[in-house]
Amino acid sequence: MQQFIDTTLSGLAQGMVFAAFALALVLIWRSTRIVNFAQGSMAMATTFVALALVHAGWNYWLAFVVALVSGFVLGAVVERVIIRRVEGGPELNAVIVTLGLFVAIQAAVAIIAGSSFQSFPAPFGLRGFTIGGNTIALTPNRVFVIVAVLVTMGLLVALFRFTRVGLAMRAAAFGQEVARLLGVRVGRMLTLGWALAAVVGSLAGLLIAGGSFVYPAYMDSLIVFGFVAAVLGGLDSPIGAVVGGLVLGLALAYVSAYFGGSSVVNLAALVILVVVLLVRPGGLFASTQARRA
Amino acid sequence: MTDVSVAFGGVTALSEVSLVVEPGQVHGLIGPNGAGKTTLFNVACGIVRADSGSITWRDRQLRRLRPDQLARLGIARTLQGVGLFAGLTVLENVMIGAHRHARAGFASALFALPRSDKDERELRTRATAALADLGAEHYADRYPGSLPYPVQKRVALARALVSSPDLLLLDEPASGLAEDEMRELGELIRTLSGRMSVLLVEHHMDLVMSVCDRVTVLDSGRLIASGTTEEVQADPAVTAAYLGEDVDVAHDAAELHSGDHSERAHRA
Repeated sequence: MQQFIDTTLSGLAQGMVFAAFALALVLIWRSTRIVNFAQGSMAMATTFVALALVHAGWNYWLAFVVALVSGFVLGAVVERVIIRRVEGGPELNAVIVTLGLFVAIQAAVAIIAGSSFQSFPAPFGLRGFTIGGNTIALTPNRVFVIVAVLVTMGLLVALFRFTRVGLAMRAAAFGQEVARLLGVRVGRMLTLGWALAAVVGSLAGLLIAGGSFVYPAYMDSLIVFGFVAAVLGGLDSPIGAVVGGLVLGLALAYVSAYFGGSSVVNLAALVILVVVLLVRPGGLFASTQARRA
Repeated sequence: MTDVSVAFGGVTALSEVSLVVEPGQVHGLIGPNGAGKTTLFNVACGIVRADSGSITWRDRQLRRLRPDQLARLGIARTLQGVGLFAGLTVLENVMIGAHRHARAGFASALFALPRSDKDERELRTRATAALADLGAEHYADRYPGSLPYPVQKRVALARALVSSPDLLLLDEPASGLAEDEMRELGELIRTLSGRMSVLLVEHHMDLVMSVCDRVTVLDSGRLIASGTTEEVQADPAVTAAYLGEDVDVAHDAAELHSGDHSERAHRA
C-alpha cells in the first residue's frame, strides 16, 4: 500500500511537469500548426541561464524569474526570426526547422557550458513528509512543482478567457485570415503565443531540473513524454494536454514500480503513443471538429 | 479607387477599374460570376494587393496596407458565408470585431491592469449592444455552429458593425436568406447608410436596386457601367452583359444557394 501511494504521488508530480510541457506544445500547435521539437532545447537553454546565475551567487528565485523571462524572449525571437519564414508553408519544412533548432541550441549550450552533468539546486527540501512514522514520497519540492504548474495553468486560462489579448490570440488561432480582417495583428499574436509557450516550457525545464542534474540533453526524454501527453490529449486541447500529462505520469510511475523498472519507461511511453494513435488518432479530447472556423 | 488592376499569374482579374464610394452612400457592385467583384473586394480590404492603380480613403493611400491596418482605419468587411470563429462564443466573436476600439496597450492587457479591465468591460458592453441591435442578444453565449444560418449571418453583421466602421464592405449579405429576411436586411442597410459608407456585392437584383444610391457594374474584370440605379438599369451594355440574361441570373442565384448549403454542411 505504501508503495502504491508513493508511486501515485511521484507519478502525479511527474505528470504535472509532463502536463506543463505538453501545454507548451499545444499552445504552439493551436496557433501555428507546428510541433515545436525545439521546445526541450529552448527550455534547457533557459535552465542553464538560471544555473549560471545561481553559480554567480544569485538568489534562486531571482534566477528562476530571469530564466522564465529569457524563455519569453527566446520564444519570441525564435518565432519572429526563424519560424515566421516557414509558417503556412509545407509542414515538413517547419518540422525540419524545429528539429534543426533542437540540435543547434543543444550544441550551442554544450559549447558554452560544457556537456558534463551539473547539479541544479532545488528551492525546497527533497525529504518526504512524515505521516504517522512513515516517510511518504511527497516532498516539499514536489508540492512546489504541483503548485507552480497549477498556478501557471490558472494564469493561462485567465489570460485566454478574460483578456482582450487572449481573445485575439484565440481568434488568430481559429482563423488567421478572418482575424486579420477584423483588425487583429495576427503576426504579433503568433509571436506572443510562442513566447508564452516557451515560458511554460522553461517552467517545466526548471521544475524537472530542481534537485537533479542538468546537461545539454537532459530535456530529451521530456520532449518524448510531453509529446505523448499532448497527443493523448488531442494536441489541440489545453485541458487534454494537462489530463494527458497526468495520465502519462501515473502510467509511467506504475510501469516503473511494478513492471520492469525505470529502464522500460521510455519504451512504455512510446507504446502508449502508438496505441493512442492507432485506437484514437484524435486523442482522448479531440476537438478537431471545433477548429473548422 | 482609381485605375486598379490585378492579375493572377497572367489572368487579368481587374483591369483599370475606378470606383468612388461617396460618404454615407450605399454603393452596389454587381456583375456576372467571374466579373471581378470579389477581387475588387479583396483589394479594398487588403487581402489582395493591386498590381497598379491607387486606392484612397479619406486622403490616405491604402494600397500597401495590411488587412489588420485597414480594419483599424475603420474599414470593416463581412465574408461570403459567415466566417465566424467556431470555437468562440457569439459574444466573443463580436468582441473581436470591436478590437480596434480598445485603448489599453498590449502589456497592460497581458498583465490585466485596471485600465485594461475597464477596456474589457467596454468591449463587452459594446458587443452586447451590437448584438441587441440585430436582435441576436439571446445567442450571446452560444457557439455559432449551433445556430440557424440566418442568425449566424446577423452575428457576422453585428461583428462588422460593432467597430462602427466608416466603410462597410458587405459580401453577398443576402445569400441563403429567405424573402422576408432579405427585406429586413435591406431596411437595415438603408438605416446604416447615414452613419457609414457601404459597398455591397450582391446577386439579388431586387435588393441592390432598392437599397443602393449608386451602382457599378463589372464584367470580365472591366467596368462597363456606373451610375444611379436607374441609369445602370437603362444602360444597354449592362442589359447585354447581365440584367437581360434572366436565365443566367436565376442560375447564378441557384448556384449560390447550393454553394451555401454545402458550406453549411461542411461547417456542421
